[in-house]
Amino acid sequence: MALLEIKNLHTRIAEDGTEILRGVDLTVNAGEVHAIMGPNGSGKSTLSYVLAGKENYEVTEGEVLFNGENILEMGPDERAMAGMFLAFQYPIEIPGVATITFLKAALNSQRKARGLDELPTPDFMKLVREKAKQMNITSDMLKRPLNVGFSGGEKKRSEILQMALLEPTLCVLDETDSGLDIDALKVVSNGVNALRSPERAMIVITHYQRLLDHIVPDIVHVLSAGKIVKTGGPDLALELEKNGYADYIGEAA
Amino acid sequence: MTADNTALSTAAERALIEQYEAASTGDAVKLMREKAIAGFRSRGLPNRRVEEWKYTDLRRGMNEALPIAEMPAAAEAKAAVDTVAGFGDMAGARIVFVNGLYAPELSEISGVEGLTIRSLAATLAKSRPQGLGELAASLTDSALDLNTAFMRDGALIDVAAGAEIEKPVEILHVAAGEPAATYTRHVVRVGEGAKVCFSEVYSGKGHYQTNTAIEFSAAKGAEVSWIKLQNESREAQHLSTLLSRLDGEVGFDHFIFNSGAHLSRTQTFLRFDGEGSRAELRSAMLITEEQHCDVTLVVDHAVPNCESREFCKSVIDGAAKGVFQGRINVFPHAQKTDGRMVSQALFLSESVEMAYKPELEIFADDVQCAHGATSGQIDEDLLFYLRARGIPEAEARTLLVLAFLSEVIEEIGDEQVVETLEERTRTWLGY
Repeated sequence: MALLEIKNLHTRIAEDGTEILRGVDLTVNAGEVHAIMGPNGSGKSTLSYVLAGKENYEVTEGEVLFNGENILEMGPDERAMAGMFLAFQYPIEIPGVATITFLKAALNSQRKARGLDELPTPDFMKLVREKAKQMNITSDMLKRPLNVGFSGGEKKRSEILQMALLEPTLCVLDETDSGLDIDALKVVSNGVNALRSPERAMIVITHYQRLLDHIVPDIVHVLSAGKIVKTGGPDLALELEKNGYADYIGEAA
Repeated sequence: MTADNTALSTAAERALIEQYEAASTGDAVKLMREKAIAGFRSRGLPNRRVEEWKYTDLRRGMNEALPIAEMPAAAEAKAAVDTVAGFGDMAGARIVFVNGLYAPELSEISGVEGLTIRSLAATLAKSRPQGLGELAASLTDSALDLNTAFMRDGALIDVAAGAEIEKPVEILHVAAGEPAATYTRHVVRVGEGAKVCFSEVYSGKGHYQTNTAIEFSAAKGAEVSWIKLQNESREAQHLSTLLSRLDGEVGFDHFIFNSGAHLSRTQTFLRFDGEGSRAELRSAMLITEEQHCDVTLVVDHAVPNCESREFCKSVIDGAAKGVFQGRINVFPHAQKTDGRMVSQALFLSESVEMAYKPELEIFADDVQCAHGATSGQIDEDLLFYLRARGIPEAEARTLLVLAFLSEVIEEIGDEQVVETLEERTRTWLGY
C-alpha cells in the first residue's frame, strides 16, 4: 500500500472560489523522496496546505489517502498525529509561547495520541538539546517565543528541528530553501537527509534545482496550473533549471 | 430624623437603608458611618446616569440587599478556608476573613519582624484607627459609602520603616456559602523605605455580596507589590475600592486577576503625592457566560516627575461583558508626568461585549500621556500552525490565550505566582 495517494484532487479557495488544484494525481511510497517543482502560482503551496488540513481551502473533487485512510475529513492535529508534517514556507511567529514550551506540547500531544506516556522533563530536555545541536539551534533560541525575532534561516532550522523531534512518516517541505544562505541550506539539508529512512517519505516543494543538489530526490514532478504535467527522475530538475517552465506552462493551458 | 428617600427608587436601596437603621452600631466611627449613609441616601446605587458607572449599572444589577453575614461555626469556617487555594504556602503572614469577619484561629499574623496586623473590629470597639477614612474622604462614590456605613471588620496593617518583609502578606476573604453580604475595610500603611508584597484573595461558594475597600499609603522610598485575585463564586457580586496614596520615590506594582463573580467592579484610585514615584497597574480578566467585569482605574498625578502605567488584558467568552475605564489626571505643575494606558481584549465568542473608556485630563504642558486599545479574536493562522504540529484544538487555544495574557502575568516576576495564575487560566478554560 502506498503511504500517500492523491487522486484527482480539485480544490478552490473557500473565500472567493478561485480554483487552484485541477486534478492532481500523486502516489508516494514509503522511503521515497519526491520533488515538486513548478512556476509561481501553479498550486504548490496550496497542495501542501491542503495535505496539512488548512481550512481556507475547499476540496471539490477527489480524495487523499494517507496509509489507506481518507484524511480530508480530519483536522490538522489529527493528521499530524497520523504522521503528517508540513515544514512551512513562512513559519508563524507566536509571541508569548516559548519555543521549548511549544515543542513539549507538540511532542507530548503526539505521544499521547500514540498511547505513550508524556516524556519526563529531564528526558525531554536531553532529547531536544541533542536534536537542537544538530540544527545549530542554541538553548537561548529555545527559550525565546516561537519564531519571534528569528532570522529566516533560524525559522527554517526550527522547522526541521520540529520534524526531527516529532518523527513523522510523511514530511512535506514547502520551499524550505527560500530565504536561506548557502551555509544554512547545508545545515537544513543535512537535517532533512538525516531523517531519510525506508519508513519515511518526503515531498520537497521548491522553485530551484539548487536544493535538490543537497536533498537528492527519487522522483521529480512538474506542477503547472494545478496539475502534474510531467514526472521524471532527478535529471528533470536539471532540465528545468536550464530551460525554465516555458515548455510546461503551455501544456497545462 | 425624616429621611429624604427620593433618590432611592429600588427595593435593594430601601432595604440597605433599613438594614443600616436596624444595625445602628455605636462604635468609634459612628459619625463617619452617618455621613456615608447620608451620601448613599442622597445618591442611591450608582447607575448609568452616573458617568463613572456608565457601563456598570448597579441599580439594575443589584436587585437585593442580602442580610449582613455572620461568622459560621468554627468547623464550617475552617472547611471553607481549606478549599481555597490562595498562593499556596508562599505567604509569610496571613489574615483570614470568613464571611467578612476576622478568623484568628485560621490566621497567622504575628512573628514577622516589622509587620503589625490587627483586626479592625477589635480596634473599632475602642477607638478610631489611625488612617481610617482619610483617603476615603476625597471620594464621592456610593459603593464606598456603603462600605463605610456597614464596615464590620478588616485588617489594620502597618509595615515599619525600613522593614523588608520577605514573604507575601496574604489577606484572604472567604464566603462560606450563606446568601449574605460582607463589608470589609482594610487600612494598610507601609513605612519609609520598606519593602513588602501583598496578596489579596477573594473566593467563595454560592450567592453572596462582597463589598471591600482598602486605604493604602506608602511612605517615601517604599517598594510595594500587590496581587489581587478575585475568584468569587460565579453567583456572587464583588465591589471593591482601593484608595492609594504614594509618597515620593515609591515603586508600586499592582496586579488584578479577575475571573469570578456574576458582577464585579474593581475600582482603583491612585494619587501621586511625592515626586519620583512609579506605579504599574496591570490587570487580567477572564470572563464567560453572563459575567460582567468592570476594571476602573483613576490616577492622579498631583506632583511632577511620576510615571504611571495601566495595562489591561481581557479574555472574554460566552455573552460576557468587560469594562475597562482608565483615567489619568495631570494636575497643574505636575510637569514631566509620564502616563500611559493600554487595553487589549481577546474575544472568544461573537456575543461578547467590551467597553473601553480612556480619559486624559491634563493641566500641565510638559507631559507624556498616551492611551491605546485593541481587540481581536484568536488568529486562525496561529491556531493552524499549532494544530499542524499535533496539538489538539482545545489545547492550542489554551496556549494562545496564555500567550495573550503572558505579557501582563509574566511581568509579576515571581515564578510561583505566575504558575498559579497560569494554572487558574487553564482551569478557567476547562483544560
